[in-house]
Amino acid sequence: MSKTIRTRMGDGELVMMSAGEIKADILEGSKDAADRGKIPELSANELDQLYNIIAEPGRIVSVNPGEEVIVIDDGSVLGFISEQGDSGAGLPLSRSQAILTYEKACGADTVLMPHHDFSYKPVKSIINYEMQDYYSTSQLTTIPLFYGAQPNMGLYYKPDGPCDNPSELLPLGKIKEAKQAQIDAAAMMEDDIVYIFKELNRVGLEGLNLDTCGSAGDADFMSALNVCVEVKKINPNMPVVIGMASEFVLGMHGEVEFDGQRLAGMYPHDQVIVAEKAGADIFGPAINVNSSKSIPWNLSRAVTFVKATSEASAIPIHANVGMGVCGIPMLEESAIDCVTRASKALIQIGKVDGL
Amino acid sequence: MPVAHILASCMGGIRTTGDLVAWMQMTRKMRLNEAKQYVADKLGIKVIDLIDEEIMRPLREELGIGTLVAIPGAEKGILAKNKIAKLLNIEINSVKLFQSKLK
Repeated sequence: MSKTIRTRMGDGELVMMSAGEIKADILEGSKDAADRGKIPELSANELDQLYNIIAEPGRIVSVNPGEEVIVIDDGSVLGFISEQGDSGAGLPLSRSQAILTYEKACGADTVLMPHHDFSYKPVKSIINYEMQDYYSTSQLTTIPLFYGAQPNMGLYYKPDGPCDNPSELLPLGKIKEAKQAQIDAAAMMEDDIVYIFKELNRVGLEGLNLDTCGSAGDADFMSALNVCVEVKKINPNMPVVIGMASEFVLGMHGEVEFDGQRLAGMYPHDQVIVAEKAGADIFGPAINVNSSKSIPWNLSRAVTFVKATSEASAIPIHANVGMGVCGIPMLEESAIDCVTRASKALIQIGKVDGL
Repeated sequence: MPVAHILASCMGGIRTTGDLVAWMQMTRKMRLNEAKQYVADKLGIKVIDLIDEEIMRPLREELGIGTLVAIPGAEKGILAKNKIAKLLNIEINSVKLFQSKLK
């Protein structure tokens, strides 16, 4: 078979593959997700549909009229104003100007005001500035304006924070101490984010995005869920988005629970259940990209996980489709052929409510 | 990258009704189709028309809920959101604060 179909590897490398090779990778990717998550594989029709999306000859692809979804973001405005670390263009705009540009020039459905570090901890010390900037900007925006950042529990460990570092304690066999450090860090992070929320809530916060939850493991995810519970106690009408760091909750602690459910080892279709119980309004699954495998393999795997999550959920599912997750290559300047194919596949087969 | 997603699959924000459908997902946890139907019913249009600029451009101006094109004197920002909250019968925190300052 001739290699005539243009696609990419997970690291963004352009490759030409035959129809047979792509179909084999799609099948294998779906099986991998099904095996790991103990969820159904894609059906024969869905595998064909995915192949057709990947093999579409156009440079970019799109959904059919009427199939559009809501596109939210996790700091898209940093793409205008930040630097290489955020794949940013470094434009000399203020954050508010970038937000209004994203709303007006790009036609975004919602927009997020991000802290430049994109972690909650550094926000605490400049909360007055953030309150003023949020308040001023929210007077000008028409689309929903979220405030968001990562919980990022790693910042609470030495040398960046006050807690002993589990990554140093665990190799020494100090299991009990490592677990306690995580519980301490989780409590501090929860206090900080709830404090930040309370202050922003006073100036008219329209929605809170807890992005990249679980990046430091199960205690990090637990803390984010607890934050959501507290936010809803303070303002039951506050929209909360919980987006994940990866497909699998790492058991860095191993025993922490939420609502009687052990969090370590959860895949997205289980993560969404605890997010719902915490009161989240929107859940964002994040499926890892294997940069050594093809995009057909990665996208099929992502669609299989996301479809199972959407079926298990009672709340809107917005798949994370940034660099290196859900079928988007791990590439600083993301290739739009893959970005648009991920969009279409996750909507038509994964049945997401948004991206 | 977000712009590629917007072009491929986004409802279109204030070009059409993306912000309105988003508000229903955010405030009522509505899944996509339910949110679209709710907004279409409130606007008195068909679901398929939610993404039609030719219909939504004048309708957004008429309702005072903000337009992508800048119209001198028209509602935008917090004034548009004030009308959106009433239209959709939802609570928007920034609008609640704004209204409290008018008393």
